[in-house]
Amino acid sequence: MNKVVAGADEAIKDIPSGATLMLGGFGLCGIPENCIHAIVKKGINNLTCISNNAGVDDFGIGLMLQGRQVKKMIASYVGENAEFERQMLSGELEVELVPQGTLATRCMAAGYGMPAVYLLAGIGTEVAEGKEIRNFNGKDYLMELAFDSDFAIVKAWKGDTQGNLIFKGTARNFSPMMAMAGKITIAEVEHLVPAGELDPNAIHVPGIYVHRIFQGDKYEKRIEQRTVRKK
Amino acid sequence: MPLNKEQIAQRIARELKDGFYVNLGIGIPTLVANYIPEGVDVVLQSENGLLGMGPFPFEGDEDADLINAGKQTITTVPGSVFFDSAMSFGMIRAGKVDLTVLGAMEVADNGDIANWKIPGKMVKGMGGAMDLVAAAKNIIVAMQHTNPKGESKLLAKCSLPLTGVGCVRKVVTDLGVFDVTPDGFTCIEYAPGVTIDEIKAKTAGRLTIAADVKEIAV
Repeated sequence: MNKVVAGADEAIKDIPSGATLMLGGFGLCGIPENCIHAIVKKGINNLTCISNNAGVDDFGIGLMLQGRQVKKMIASYVGENAEFERQMLSGELEVELVPQGTLATRCMAAGYGMPAVYLLAGIGTEVAEGKEIRNFNGKDYLMELAFDSDFAIVKAWKGDTQGNLIFKGTARNFSPMMAMAGKITIAEVEHLVPAGELDPNAIHVPGIYVHRIFQGDKYEKRIEQRTVRKK
Repeated sequence: MPLNKEQIAQRIARELKDGFYVNLGIGIPTLVANYIPEGVDVVLQSENGLLGMGPFPFEGDEDADLINAGKQTITTVPGSVFFDSAMSFGMIRAGKVDLTVLGAMEVADNGDIANWKIPGKMVKGMGGAMDLVAAAKNIIVAMQHTNPKGESKLLAKCSLPLTGVGCVRKVVTDLGVFDVTPDGFTCIEYAPGVTIDEIKAKTAGRLTIAADVKEIAV
C-alpha cells in the first residue's frame, strides 16, 4: 500500500474538468491551500465545488473563481467575496445555498453509506422547495440526499503514511466528513509521519477513507478576522 | 434613551442561567459574552466546532486554527473541546444547546424569523442560522426595533424569505423586551425614556403591553 504522493500536482493530476469536488475548511480555516493552488495552476474548469464557503477574493476557492474554474458552488455562506457575488448575480456561476448543518450532514451521510437523511432545518422556507417531506412524531422533516462527489480534498494537521488524519483546533470543521465522503480522497497535511507515530486513540479520520496523502510545501494559514485584546 | 448595542447585549445576558450551553450569533449577540452575570457559569458553543469559547487572544497569540463562527480569532477555556461540523450541528439538532441568540432583519408576531436574504440585493447565505432556529429550545433575537428607513422590524408577517417558522421566543430591541406569545408580541420591559406610545407606533405586528411592564434596568 502506498498512499503517499510527492505533492499537490501529483495528488490532483487526474481530476478532470467537470468533476465534483468537496473542499474542507470553514472560511479560510483549514482549507487545502496547496491543492487549491495546484488546481488553479493546472486550470481545471467547469467544476462543481461543495464547501462551506467560497474563500475570499484572493485566497482559497476565491482563486478558482477568479480563473472562472467553478461552474457551480454548493455552500452555506458566501459573503466576503465580491467576485463570487458578481458571478452569481450575472448568472455565470450557479449557486446552491444549503444550511450549514445540512451541508455537514449530507457529507456525513455519504461517508456513512446512507443515501439520505431527514432534517428539520429549512422547513417552511425556500430551502424546502421541491423536497420530500416526512412526518415523524408529529414533526415535519426534509429529506436531504447524501452528496455525491468525485474527489474530496482536505487539509489535516498531522497524517501518517497509512492516511490516518488528525486535525487541529477549529480547522477540523467539515474536513472529516468530507474525507469520508469522497470517491477519491486527497489529504494534504502539515506534518506527514511514518505509520505508527500517531496515537491510534487520537486519530480523527481512519486511513481507509484516504487515498492520497502528502505534506504541503507551504502553509500561509491566512486569518480572515484578526481579533485581539490588549495585554 | 433607546438602548445601545452594548445595553441590548447586557439585557440579554440576564437571560443566561447557570449551566446553560449557549450559541451566540454574529453582531450584537457576540457582545452578550461580555456581560455574563457573576456566579453564572455558561459554556459558549461555536458552530464551527468548539464548546468552551474564550475571549479574543492577546496580541501576538492569534492562532489561524482557532476561530469562531464569525471567523474571528478566539481562545479556549479550561474544559474546551473541539469537534467536527456534523457533531456540532448534531448537538444543536438534538436540542442540547439551551439558548441561541441571533440577529434578524425581521421577526413576525408568530415567531417567524427572516435574517439571511434580501432578494436581488443581499445573498450571502444562511450559514448555520436555519439549523439553529429549527432546533434550539429557546431563541432570543437581538436587533434594532426599526430598519434604517425607520420601518418596524417587528411585523405581522415577514416580507423577506424566512429562516425559520414560529421559533423566536423573545426579542430584545433598542426600545424594549418582547415575548412572543399566542397573542403576538408582549412588551414586558421598555428602555429608559422610551414611551409605550413610541413602542406601539414602531411595532407593526400584534402588540400587547404586559400588565406589569417595567423599565429595563440599565
